[in-house]
Amino acid sequence: MALLQISEPGLSTAPHQHRLAVGIDLGTTNSLVATVRNGISVVLNDERGRPLLPSVVRYLKDGDPVVGYDAQARQSDDPHNTIVSVKRFMGRGLKDLIDPSTLPYHFVDAPGMVQLKTVVGTKTPVEMSAEILKALKMRAETAMGGELTGAVITVPAYFDDAQRQATKDAARLVGLNVLRLLNEPTAAAIAYGLDNSSEGIYAVYDLGGGTFDISILKLTKGVFEVLATNGDSALGGDDFDRRVYCWMLEQSGLSVMSDHDKALLMAKAREAKEVLTEHAEARITAVLTTGELIDLTLTEGQFNELTAGLVGKTLTPTRKALRDAGLAAADVKGVVMVGGSTRIPRIQAAVGEFFGQTPLTNLDPDKVVALGAAIQANVLAGNKREDDWLLLDVAPLSLGLETMGGLVEKIIPRNSTIPIARAQDFTTYKDGQTAMTIHVLQGERERVSDCRSLARFELRGIPPMVAGAARIRVTFQVDADGLLSVSARETGTGVEAHIEVKPSYGLTDDEVARMLRESIDHALDDVDARQLAELRVDAQRLVDATQSALAENGVALLSQSERAAIDSLLGQMNAALATGDPSAIKRATEALNQGTTEFAARRMDVGIKRALAGHKIEDIGI
Amino acid sequence: MDFNQDHFALFGLTPTFAIDAEALDRAYRELQTEIHPDRFAHAGEAEQRLAMQWSTRTNEAYQTLKSPFARAKYLLELQGIQAMDANNTAMPAEFLMQQMEWRESLMAALAAADYAGLQALEQAAKAEAERLLDLLAADLDARRDYPAASETLRKYRFLEKFLADIDNAYAELE
Repeated sequence: MALLQISEPGLSTAPHQHRLAVGIDLGTTNSLVATVRNGISVVLNDERGRPLLPSVVRYLKDGDPVVGYDAQARQSDDPHNTIVSVKRFMGRGLKDLIDPSTLPYHFVDAPGMVQLKTVVGTKTPVEMSAEILKALKMRAETAMGGELTGAVITVPAYFDDAQRQATKDAARLVGLNVLRLLNEPTAAAIAYGLDNSSEGIYAVYDLGGGTFDISILKLTKGVFEVLATNGDSALGGDDFDRRVYCWMLEQSGLSVMSDHDKALLMAKAREAKEVLTEHAEARITAVLTTGELIDLTLTEGQFNELTAGLVGKTLTPTRKALRDAGLAAADVKGVVMVGGSTRIPRIQAAVGEFFGQTPLTNLDPDKVVALGAAIQANVLAGNKREDDWLLLDVAPLSLGLETMGGLVEKIIPRNSTIPIARAQDFTTYKDGQTAMTIHVLQGERERVSDCRSLARFELRGIPPMVAGAARIRVTFQVDADGLLSVSARETGTGVEAHIEVKPSYGLTDDEVARMLRESIDHALDDVDARQLAELRVDAQRLVDATQSALAENGVALLSQSERAAIDSLLGQMNAALATGDPSAIKRATEALNQGTTEFAARRMDVGIKRALAGHKIEDIGI
Repeated sequence: MDFNQDHFALFGLTPTFAIDAEALDRAYRELQTEIHPDRFAHAGEAEQRLAMQWSTRTNEAYQTLKSPFARAKYLLELQGIQAMDANNTAMPAEFLMQQMEWRESLMAALAAADYAGLQALEQAAKAEAERLLDLLAADLDARRDYPAASETLRKYRFLEKFLADIDNAYAELE
């Protein structure tokens, strides 16, 4: 292991260091990694010059899993162990999957999230996504010649809490520091907005392999404000393929087929769809394992007819998003097209018709999300002292609690700008009631059974009182990644029962450790060594941050003795890092965090005063 | 800086119902530009936590002041009045009668898929909502008659809900 470099306390090296940060588009069909190089966002290609990494993972009986084109090529030979579109399973239970019987996988129903049986045992979608992230991480580190500081990973805007948490967990498994989960349409807007430097209302129509998002954004003076978002997290290019596949079966009178043939015909269906983006018809030929021959011709007209319902299904969320934003189609200044599926001519025509204008397609719809994510990653990593633009995103779905009668009380409405916190008081139903079940739900419908259950926890230790006397304050906090945490406390009597939960499908630290131990290439790796490395990285990051804060306004905001106290904590941290003792590093990190809290608060005040001052100067017209 | 200052003070605005929406938007953007968690993604834990708290607080304040209903309710709260408290439900009979009539018209328009009828109803309700907002401004800023403002606010709440239902009706007709 290479020795970590430590600078002298008080000497700030941080602002000059270029931190290696990437944007990752973890797509249903393809994934990409991009970074900002010399001020320009670029996609990092693989060693053969290919930008895309097919989001396909193949598990082998002996050896490491194969990811990407090589896995994709073996899809029909080894359908059970070659997992495509794993993103569709992230944060989903078996009952959430649409028609799992048409897929060649052996699903295992598990609480929270479905699992898949493979030749190397049962794997979760989180572990599969982690394999894809690992391949992208390696590609980036090879290309950039160093370890990554952090990554911005994109998710569909309409992803719910379970899907977001699963994505973050996958990154944790491969030791990727997630700077932010960023909504895909917002990432695309950054890539477009910074190129065109335009102001006004924009719509981003993002139809990927398995998800559909529509976001309405307002661009004002470098602020990207998402006004509303809507979508369908189970609608995408895959569904177009499936329509073609079903048509092929119908035309050739086939019904029962081997998994090999199913996978083969699905691949042929996809090819035909791609041919039709540039040609008026596509010929489909295939030889099945039974010796049967398929030879069909699909015209663009037939294809449009087969998929008209799907195109219509994207316009309903589009209308809803506009209505939530309080806008009409005519208010939209530009429509950005994102996702490979927007290459389908009929989609471009339908979107153009809906908004009364030709959609913008000047950036590659496959790359635009990764390019935008890289720009954001560069800023978040602190490479650019970026004062001229900011992102304000929203929570896509309402969050609430179950109340009497199986109804949902909404606490945070959809399209609330994040981060956001809301509290609501509840009370007991029966005399002497000492516990209460808090059932957290996400969705727009009124009945519990129609919403997604995120977590269920019990608040105990409520002092016995008559019904209605207790005051239980439940607080929902959604952070800048769009992730929820819930806390509850009894405040009526001053006796406080307090509980903090993360929704239950998120991985615990133990589970992460277990998955790491189980994964083949970490079997030899020492989990402790890895944890030490993570502690070191965290500690170093804190040292860097503290030093650059000191350099910026240490003199102005700290007295000599305060400054000396922080310097001494930095010194202790360096000593702890030198010993390599995990618990000493942890203690020093906590002490430094604690010891810089007041300084942080003063720095924040400076920012707030600066904002208000700027605003007042404008008011009086200077 | 005081975490307990009121929402108006946070944005450097005077606490009145009539506000300069552009000044609010501008102050909001400028404040978020300084304190949003994205500005501190590479900073220490303490700064990240503070940034989330400040940004959350700023969003909450902005949402409250941006919405006429929430802004009026908040101004009344600053006067110690809980306008929407469950005990404050008395409404004039003629107002309730008109609401019932409108609701019936809405059901009828929806049942008959009468788009034009829906639009006419929406226009009437919007005009009434506008009138109530003007009244609220007079109650709160000029006369400082807070009990009157509370009643006007409760009426306005009815209108807001009704307009939301009209929106849903449009969605159903589509």
